[in-house]
Amino acid sequence: MNADLHLWLIPLVPFAGFLVNGLLGRRFPKALVTTVALMASLIPALQVAVIVTKFSSLTLPYGENLGAWIRSGAFHADFSFQLDQLTLVMLCVVTGVGFLIHIYSVGYMAEEDGYWRFFAYMNLFLFFMLTLVLAENFLLMFVGWEGVGLASYLLIGFWFTRDSAANAGKKAFIVNRIGDFGFLLAMFLLIAHFGTLSFSEVFSRIGSHPAWQGGFLTAIALFLLLGATGKSAQIPLYVWLPDAMEGPTPVSALIHAATMVTAGVYMIARTHVIFDRSPFALGAVAIIGLATAFFAATIGIVQTDIKRVLAYSTVSQLGYMFLGCGVAAYSAGIFHLVTHAFFKALLFLAAGSVIHALSGEQDMRVMGGLRTKIPVTFWTMTAAVFAISGFPPLAGFVSKDEILYQTFVSPNGGKILWAVGLITAGLTSFYMFRLWYLTFFGESRAAVNDADEHGAAVHARSDTKLVLEAEPQSGHSHGVHESPWVMLGPLVILAILSIIGGWMGWPEGLGGNNWFSHFLEPAVKAVHLPYEQAAVALATGAANAPNASPAGNKQLELLLALCSVLVALAGWFVAHVMYFAKPELPAKMAAQVSALYALLRNKYWVDELYGVVIVTPVLFVARWLLAVLVERGIIDGGTLTAGYTAQGLGALVARIQSGNIRSYAGWLALFAAIVLAVSYFGWTAHLLAR
Amino acid sequence: MVPIACYLVLGAILFSIGVAAFLIKRNIITVFLSIELMLNAVNLTFVAFSRRWSQVSGHLQVNGQLFVFFVMVVAAAEAAVGLAIIIAVFRARNTLNVDSIDLMKL
Repeated sequence: MNADLHLWLIPLVPFAGFLVNGLLGRRFPKALVTTVALMASLIPALQVAVIVTKFSSLTLPYGENLGAWIRSGAFHADFSFQLDQLTLVMLCVVTGVGFLIHIYSVGYMAEEDGYWRFFAYMNLFLFFMLTLVLAENFLLMFVGWEGVGLASYLLIGFWFTRDSAANAGKKAFIVNRIGDFGFLLAMFLLIAHFGTLSFSEVFSRIGSHPAWQGGFLTAIALFLLLGATGKSAQIPLYVWLPDAMEGPTPVSALIHAATMVTAGVYMIARTHVIFDRSPFALGAVAIIGLATAFFAATIGIVQTDIKRVLAYSTVSQLGYMFLGCGVAAYSAGIFHLVTHAFFKALLFLAAGSVIHALSGEQDMRVMGGLRTKIPVTFWTMTAAVFAISGFPPLAGFVSKDEILYQTFVSPNGGKILWAVGLITAGLTSFYMFRLWYLTFFGESRAAVNDADEHGAAVHARSDTKLVLEAEPQSGHSHGVHESPWVMLGPLVILAILSIIGGWMGWPEGLGGNNWFSHFLEPAVKAVHLPYEQAAVALATGAANAPNASPAGNKQLELLLALCSVLVALAGWFVAHVMYFAKPELPAKMAAQVSALYALLRNKYWVDELYGVVIVTPVLFVARWLLAVLVERGIIDGGTLTAGYTAQGLGALVARIQSGNIRSYAGWLALFAAIVLAVSYFGWTAHLLAR
Repeated sequence: MVPIACYLVLGAILFSIGVAAFLIKRNIITVFLSIELMLNAVNLTFVAFSRRWSQVSGHLQVNGQLFVFFVMVVAAAEAAVGLAIIIAVFRARNTLNVDSIDLMKL
């Protein structure tokens, strides 16, 4: 018997915060807006904490049904929430990181005009994200799925007076719609085949039919994957995420690093029962994830905007999570999701602190030498850089290694996938240390920095390119300053989490017990893997083999971990040489391999390719075919013709109404006479008879 | 015994005169009079049919005669309202010519 947990309150509290701040915030004093927003994110976090304490005594999955939503024939979708291990992990990440970022935003957004608007949107985002995570059926999940897209759109375009921000918001929304379209098609297929959208019903039905392999399940899985690639910024729909950096930095941290973009990974893990039945779809997940991880990492190494480096890094790390899911190691994917939420949120917030310190500068080429000026930011960021690069015992090492190990041993993965993943890990280490050196080491390359300017600082990228030659005095720009503690506090907490967060999943090969993976196992354990059974049957002919694989591989795991660390060290070393020891080297190398450099610098021209292949034809059709021919020609033409016809006829008939009584009487008499004549002489009958 | 056709013919003639006068005359008083003429032509027809029906059915039929009273009552009311309107119009426009009173049009 489960105690009532009131799960529905978790998303509803942020929604209340959104309503209060959104409707009344304009008139509220700032302190009240802050209080409402922080309460609206703190209360769910506390509630989740309470649930964590009660968790071991619950029978899982725990469900709550708030009543019917849609009923149509045999089909029904309810307002129903569920709680299992996977949900709990996501709840902790979303509410925990979400609350920290809310606190940080209080400092970061303090001087913005739309302060209340910002927090209203942030609370709205939390509401939808928590709905997405808690939903017990695909349709309710889709509500959250669409809602976080909306919140993302609103927040990317927060500075909507700037064209680039407004366009980035639109781009994110439209690209996401393509993915959502896939999600919708998947739901239609689910309704067609199962007549229900409830997770438990669909999954138990699949579970009771071991013979179902591939076929329509592959189709559903691929459509779900399309949805996931849109939300989680994977190839081919990743293009919106780098542009989304137009939004305020806390938004990038919360939505575009820690939570929303991981919704795709969560969705795949949640629906893993479907993916398990389709080796093809799983393979597609793995390949897409790996390709995204690799290509995004290569783009990341030449970006100069600090937030864009982090954006590509996010895309790349999400690729790792997909890779983990793609080799059916869902717990590894989710584990990386959690640790990534810690260190990537930290990276973004620290980058925001750097940007704050430099009064809105985002170009790493004009940073440098900030180590001593903003020490807290420096040290927290250092923790994050080492974490993401994969140095033990930090969080990133544990989770990334888990994914690489699973890729290596999984029959769905293999050595080639592992090797590419390893190279990507090296690239990750390289671009993160590049960022680290460029930002914090060497001499300051900022030319101009007015101390007075900060009061009215707008945290936006200055469009003017600063001159690179540094003057002696302004080299020690006195405008640079550490952020207030309301911003540094979350940084420190996240830094601690980035360091110790990985320990809950310390691999067995290194003397740990991989507690996290065992914890998640009931929720995401891969079942009925067709290829696994086939492989086992071929190899041993025994039925009890599925548990055999990880046991004897501790040495292998240790070896692979060693490889990762060496690769990460190599990345660090190369970055050290190029950006610390010999700072003139990168320019020379760029000149030597100019074609490759241009390719990376221009992000493989993917945006341009999409522009030519998709955007231009669509715009052409919209502007000429639809706007001119259909709208002005058919729609406008049709309605105008109808209108003018009615008007003309009316003008004609209106002449009868002359205002002259005698003419009215004349008409009356005339037609009365006609009626009389017809009824008397049987005119119509006469005509019909002829 | 006067045959019913005579009454009906007389009624038709009176009605036609009324219609013609309504269409031809311009003085609003005359037009008003012609309306009364038409009403009374109809009254005559009602009474004639009422009497004829009594003869055919063998007992008294008063429906037609009742209608005549209704028509008279309505005509009296109409005369009161109509004359009031005419006076108001005359005060406002200083004319009784219907052709110049044509404001109620588009």
